[in-house]
Amino acid sequence: MEAAAGSGTGRRRIDWLPHLVLVLGVLIVAFPIYITFVASTLTSADILNAPMPLLPGREFVANYLQALTGGTVLTSNQGVGRMMANSLVMALGIAVGKIAISVLSAYAVVFFRFPLRPVFFWMIFVTLMLPVEVRIVPTYKVVADLGMIDTYAGLTIPLIASATATLLFRQFFLTIPDELVEAAKIDGAGPLRFFWDTVLPLSRTNIAALFVILFIYGWNQYLWPLLVTNSPTMATIVIGIRQMIGVGDALTSWGLVMATTILAMLPPVLVVVLMQRWFVKGLVESEK
Amino acid sequence: MQRRVIFPGMLLPYLLLAPQIAVTLVFFFWPAGQAVWYSTRREDPFGLSSVFAGLDNFTDILTDPGYLHSLAITAVFSVAVTVLALVPSLLLAVMADRVAKGRAVYSTILLLPYAIAPAIAGVLWLFMFQPSLGIVAYWLHCAGINWNYVLDGDQAMLLVILAAAWKQISYDFLFFLAGLQSIPKSVLEAAAIDGASRNRRFWTIVLPLLSPTTFFLLTVNIVYAFFETFGVIHSVTGGGPAKATEILVFKVWYDGVVGLDLGGSAAQSVILMAIVVALTAIQFRYVERKVHY
Repeated sequence: MEAAAGSGTGRRRIDWLPHLVLVLGVLIVAFPIYITFVASTLTSADILNAPMPLLPGREFVANYLQALTGGTVLTSNQGVGRMMANSLVMALGIAVGKIAISVLSAYAVVFFRFPLRPVFFWMIFVTLMLPVEVRIVPTYKVVADLGMIDTYAGLTIPLIASATATLLFRQFFLTIPDELVEAAKIDGAGPLRFFWDTVLPLSRTNIAALFVILFIYGWNQYLWPLLVTNSPTMATIVIGIRQMIGVGDALTSWGLVMATTILAMLPPVLVVVLMQRWFVKGLVESEK
Repeated sequence: MQRRVIFPGMLLPYLLLAPQIAVTLVFFFWPAGQAVWYSTRREDPFGLSSVFAGLDNFTDILTDPGYLHSLAITAVFSVAVTVLALVPSLLLAVMADRVAKGRAVYSTILLLPYAIAPAIAGVLWLFMFQPSLGIVAYWLHCAGINWNYVLDGDQAMLLVILAAAWKQISYDFLFFLAGLQSIPKSVLEAAAIDGASRNRRFWTIVLPLLSPTTFFLLTVNIVYAFFETFGVIHSVTGGGPAKATEILVFKVWYDGVVGLDLGGSAAQSVILMAIVVALTAIQFRYVERKVHY
């Protein structure tokens, strides 16, 4: 492909090939997002009359205003504001819930010895293996039996049991020096005091990293809200978009749908971009 | 591995564990148990009672042409998604590892698809390839290609593969880049001094040292293609046309929720569980110390 670089000429020239490949890659990867944004600023007529323009139009304000307040017939004229609020509740509920129960259980497993400890650890560990997708119908039945259909509890609680977060905290807790624990004991601090004053502050970066990953995970859920919500007032925005498209033909108000799509992508995209450092850390360390 | 210094206490650890164990029991073990239970039962036509049916549900499924078709499609789909996600990601990561400036900008943009829900990724690709108004569909028509994924099963498959692979590029890119950056520069410099070209260095040093990452990503991508692409399929094709894109996870949902075949769907769930357990076992067996950064 290429001879050995910088072959002894001393001066290093800029290597253009990587930039060329990367620019091409970035263009291809970003193209679907760009097209969606452009479409969200066009009238439905502009879009239906193929080919659609490749530069933004003038309907930006109108489309987004309509999406936020009016919705479409297919969403029972429900504005996406409510759906975004539902998504937010779901994403925050899952992220906070998962982190809370995982940090507690990891603390118990690492800092105590008690009968059946390996059994509990094993019980948590196997959940790693069964994503909700493979046990859809039975899990749905359990939630229905408990009367949790169309509730926020039904949307969030079944998804907060997770081994990955527990394992991550466990791994981190194992690295806390024994001296810290001994010092706390000498000072007369009990396990709860030590947890609150020492362990939790030390876990800040891990919590931030997990939060980013879990927020995205929660926001982007699709199959689960599809099952446990029937009422339009409980739909999340990811579900709402699918409803808006209908069968995806000329009757779809595409400009509006695309504005809604951008709104649906915005929170997780902002989280990734603004919290990139934690995002990368969370992804690489939780390895899933 | 265990800590030396611990706290005494009998009741407290159980209290701390209680929330997670409760959620796990109710929403994990109970449904999983029910899946196994239902998989051996057969309901009467009115769904009023069920009788023990042994392994009948499983033999029915494994001899059902529809299920075998779905299995074959899932294999094609997951292999294609894995290859289409891994190869471009590796290329981009190698290039990003080489540039001195602008890496952060490239990375940020390449990470965007990760933030986008599979169902929404499906919508973006559907919109570009919608036969009558999609911009790419228009270009394809101009090029004389008869593009209509709504009717053509192979084209539908291609579209969901592209959408699913696009979403996974972020994850693979990130891990490849991290893997590349953990390769000691001294090794590469030594090879360069010995006169190995960049190309040769890649094939003889970089790629072998990257193999734990590659293997890890291989299993992660297969698991992703198997289980996390329901949203892509549901939003783009709905399993059609004529079941051409009905992968296993979609079929479990369709047979159970739309078709109301509880026993059959449960048996499919049990088979899927076995597949996940096998994939996870492989991952742990071979990739014990996979990522070291």
